[in-house]
Amino acid sequence: MSDMTADTSAATELPRAKMDWLPLLLVPALALLALPFVGSPSTWVTLTVAGLAMGMMIFLMASGLTLVFGLMDIINFGHGVFISLGAYATLLVLGPLAGWAQADSVGLNLALLLLCILCAMAVTGLVGAVFERVIVRPVYGSHLKQILVTMGGLIVTEQAIHAIWGASPIPIPLPQSLRGAFVLGDIVMERFRVVAVVIGLVVFFGMQLLLNRTRIGLLIRAGVENPEMVEALGYRIRRLFVSVFIAGSALAGLGGVMWAFYRQTLTAGMGMEVMVLVFIVIIIGGLGSVGGCFVGSILVALVANYVGFIEPKLALISNILVMALVLIWRPEGLFPVARR
Amino acid sequence: MTEPLLQLSGVHTHIGPYHILHGVDFAVPAGELTMLLGRNGAGKTTTLRTIMGLWQASSGRIVFDGRDITSASTPDIARSGIAYVPEAMGIFTDLTVRENIVLAARSGPVDKNRLDWILGLFPALKRFWNLPAGNLSGGQKQMLAIARAIAEPRRLLLIDEPTKGLAPVMVRSMIEAFKALKASGETILLVEQNFYAASALGDNVVVMDDGRIVHAGAMRELVTDKNLQQRLLGLSLDAHQ
Repeated sequence: MSDMTADTSAATELPRAKMDWLPLLLVPALALLALPFVGSPSTWVTLTVAGLAMGMMIFLMASGLTLVFGLMDIINFGHGVFISLGAYATLLVLGPLAGWAQADSVGLNLALLLLCILCAMAVTGLVGAVFERVIVRPVYGSHLKQILVTMGGLIVTEQAIHAIWGASPIPIPLPQSLRGAFVLGDIVMERFRVVAVVIGLVVFFGMQLLLNRTRIGLLIRAGVENPEMVEALGYRIRRLFVSVFIAGSALAGLGGVMWAFYRQTLTAGMGMEVMVLVFIVIIIGGLGSVGGCFVGSILVALVANYVGFIEPKLALISNILVMALVLIWRPEGLFPVARR
Repeated sequence: MTEPLLQLSGVHTHIGPYHILHGVDFAVPAGELTMLLGRNGAGKTTTLRTIMGLWQASSGRIVFDGRDITSASTPDIARSGIAYVPEAMGIFTDLTVRENIVLAARSGPVDKNRLDWILGLFPALKRFWNLPAGNLSGGQKQMLAIARAIAEPRRLLLIDEPTKGLAPVMVRSMIEAFKALKASGETILLVEQNFYAASALGDNVVVMDDGRIVHAGAMRELVTDKNLQQRLLGLSLDAHQ
């Protein structure tokens, strides 16, 4: 009997857990609802793909925070700086390998993107480990102190970015083959957005596999719900906390790379600028829920795109409106996990 | 009484400004079932949590199997062979019944024969094997909590009020399960309010009041002495039957 496939003869005859489909249906329902308002099907497809890409980038930036929030009960207002730091870490790769970005080779271009991602995740993971040890660990259990010290950590790290890379915005080139768009009839899909969707899906399914098919995933899910009981079973939750904080920081770094290439400009405050959106999606999704964060990110991005096209004046409040409606329907979010 | 597996000596516990345990002394003999009785607020749950290191003893000594665990961390105490079932059961409701049990088996896969034995003790769990534990009834959650505690062989089980809030039929099946556990040689420290259940199971009894041990001895002595029951518990066994 394998570890994760412990089974009983009776178990095979029994029903599986019921999936909560309702929140998942929100996304296609919203897309279909928007179609008559958008009018043109080709514009609708373009808006939908762009919304999905934006949703994936938000998910990449937010997924680490929802785990940190859910498992550790840490309100990390400094999360945005890991997004910025991840974005700036691309310079460590783009500097020596600038030629790869201009090369007319899909392989070299994608390899460059992959190297940027790996470098950013390593840098933000390392800084995350220091951030957890120096800034977060002394304030476990006190939300007010967490908000204050993580904001302080954010300011210090942003200033460190200024000191290292300068205060002026830095333009970065999108690799050659990721520029432009795929055109199918009247439908236009930017290449980089399609890549963002693919990377977002890979990360999402990777996280689902990790959380649902491995012991470490079980521990994280159990720890989100009842950390004291995890300790009483003999597991050292503190080590898990540190690992999750590092992983959350590295995921923010990955999101930062994608966000940087999307904007094609680096500023130290770019991470902080998206933090409101990040907090909205983890609240909509349900604290600690990666699946909820994924659905929430897509929902928020699609609504922003559709509303921005149909009634631009409402675009600014659309995210808050989505959050309010979701919380009226499900006050603990779409897939609540952490019970606090 | 056989050699104690667990010995508490002069244990004091403070929770914030409150002094809850006042020099608690008692022993849990190996291979026997010791009942910890007392009214609400007597300090029973605090005693179990202090043994598990979830609240640190402010003074005194807790020795388990010859090793001082007074200042040990909760994971270290659990790894030394003590399993804990809290009053609120501590079930991971988002995980399936299977995942709850898999997680409790720290050293690897759950042994097939042991799993069959556990599901024999609590057959209701089979029906919900792949369902989230949050779907279980209160009694089934209690079964899962105990099944999780015995997913691997442990030296000592600490169980806090397993029959609380359960229907009489469920209480009876829990008593049968504990009898089977006891017969298998497990050492158990069981907190219980239900004196009928306690008297049916216990080899030894420890009675607490106001954070102090007020009686310790053989259960049969308490069962046969109605005056002692009245004095310690304010009730006689007859009132619980």
